[in-house]
Amino acid sequence: MMISSLLARKGVRVVTVQPDQPIRQALALLAEHNIGALVVVDPGARPIGILSERDIVRAAVRDEQAIFDRPVSALMTRNVIVGVPQDDLASVGATMTEKRIRHLPVVEQGRLVGIISIGDVMKAQRDQYQGEVDTLQFQLIGEQDRPAARA
Amino acid sequence: MNRPGTARAPLRVAIVGAGPTGYYAADALFRQPGLVVEIDMYDRVPTPYGLVRAGVAPDHQKIKSVTASFDKVAANPRFRFFGCVDVGRHVTVDELRAHYHMVLYTTGAQTDRRMGIPGEDLRNSHPATEFVAWYNGHPDYRNLTFDLSQERAAIVGVGNVAVDVARILCRTPEELAATDIADHALEALRASRVREVYLLGRRGPAQAAFTNPELKELGELADADVLAVPEEVELDDLSCAALERSGDRATQKKVELLQAYARRRPAAKRRRLILRFLVSPVEVLDDGTGAVGGVRLVRTKLYATDTGTLQPKPTGEFDDLPVGLVFRSVGYRGVPLAGVPFNEQWGVILNEKGRVLDLERKEPVVGEYTAGWIKRGPTGVIGTNKPDAAETVACMMEDLAQDRYLRPASASRDAVERLVRQRQPHCLSYADWLRLDEVEVARGREAGRPRVKFTRIDDMLAALGRGERRE
Repeated sequence: MMISSLLARKGVRVVTVQPDQPIRQALALLAEHNIGALVVVDPGARPIGILSERDIVRAAVRDEQAIFDRPVSALMTRNVIVGVPQDDLASVGATMTEKRIRHLPVVEQGRLVGIISIGDVMKAQRDQYQGEVDTLQFQLIGEQDRPAARA
Repeated sequence: MNRPGTARAPLRVAIVGAGPTGYYAADALFRQPGLVVEIDMYDRVPTPYGLVRAGVAPDHQKIKSVTASFDKVAANPRFRFFGCVDVGRHVTVDELRAHYHMVLYTTGAQTDRRMGIPGEDLRNSHPATEFVAWYNGHPDYRNLTFDLSQERAAIVGVGNVAVDVARILCRTPEELAATDIADHALEALRASRVREVYLLGRRGPAQAAFTNPELKELGELADADVLAVPEEVELDDLSCAALERSGDRATQKKVELLQAYARRRPAAKRRRLILRFLVSPVEVLDDGTGAVGGVRLVRTKLYATDTGTLQPKPTGEFDDLPVGLVFRSVGYRGVPLAGVPFNEQWGVILNEKGRVLDLERKEPVVGEYTAGWIKRGPTGVIGTNKPDAAETVACMMEDLAQDRYLRPASASRDAVERLVRQRQPHCLSYADWLRLDEVEVARGREAGRPRVKFTRIDDMLAALGRGERRE
């Protein structure tokens, strides 16, 4: 399965932030959209970093009050791993787990087209397994005997 | 406000597309505790089940047994089927909006992706999906013809559709005659002179999408030898490392099976099926008459993307494969429905978790939903659509609780049925389908087959005693 099928059911909104915006605005965006990370883009909409809740938490412990006015660029993680829509779900899942990445920006020809969270990956994998189990059970034992059918 | 969903005022839902996803969604809606829901399911073809009837290979009858659970859903007295009714032609999306509280689009992915290479449209080069629809007796495709006098055929792709096509081309008439393959296809394949079939994969054996049972089945064909090219099924370093890292035993087994095929000596069977890997078509070659004469392949090498996905890149080394018939099977794509926002980028209805979004503001459109392949793209097995439909139905229930649903001018079962029958007098009900099903199965019993399919709408109507000319 390609990760494009995860993006297809996520609308087209990717919440982004510019590197020179203050953390205060970034926090407002995280709260408003109920998300855990923002993709930081340059004026050409190319992703140049990612700013996660964790980046802000760490800085808050260090800096206390000053944090709200600092620019996003000061806290964001650079050298972000990005995906392409044709990437395999399994590889993406393995890489995110191993490298402890919770958000993966997806780009096509340099342009940001979406973001995938580890939660999206888990859900897609679970649905995939559930679908396979359901299909196999059906072929093996038929509808009447399935516990799910009686629920 | 009188929220619909009660015995007096049931929630009225239209489902467009009678494939597995439509049924899974209907089932999920009927199972909502305390909710009374009336469902009308539309399909542009006269028969239900979508790709279970028109896509799943005829020699895979067991997979089709899932229809028994669909029939159970359809047995609910609050369920109706409007077969042979094309939404967009016989009734418009606007008319649905005027008769239902909610409309759910489960139209699937009806077209194929193109390869985007020169020669793709030469004579004898076809989308695999058309061949599949033809051998499965889809009424819109039954009149297609395929030049089976060719001795060599190439199938581009190694997904399950590609493997189905390869199997059908390699089966003996006796093997096929035991299935519910359409009569016209059985007849054409009986006279087939195809004796060499190539399956072409751009990536390596570890990345092939087919499953191990599908691969094993290829090794058990009655009169076709299955072969692979030894150096193409040797794992490269990247694939080896990825396999070791993931500990994926199924893929390990798949590679071993392929390597065993590569070591096999042909048993001099009548046909040969050759599995090729790490080759990518760059051009379909003209035989000088405007028909397919071959496929130019470039050898590929795998590289790892940022996320560790192994993708092919061309090496610059070319190889011409002489074939007279090409089937492309490089993916399906959704078709837009007039009046419904479409996301061109992914070939799906623009949506968020199944809620259709407005093209301008990207906000949910009240009362409109989507599920299945037209929501997420063509991935997964039949059962994958069940959790997918459940996610959409959960959104529908959330919206109902928030009073976000359409206020139809005429929310009556009878009004919509009158409209539909006036526009399409030959509309088929579920009872009609169950009668056709009985006739098909009875015809099959006489011939020792699971069923003999009706493939013409006129024949279906005649069998139902409604023989008058169709418009």
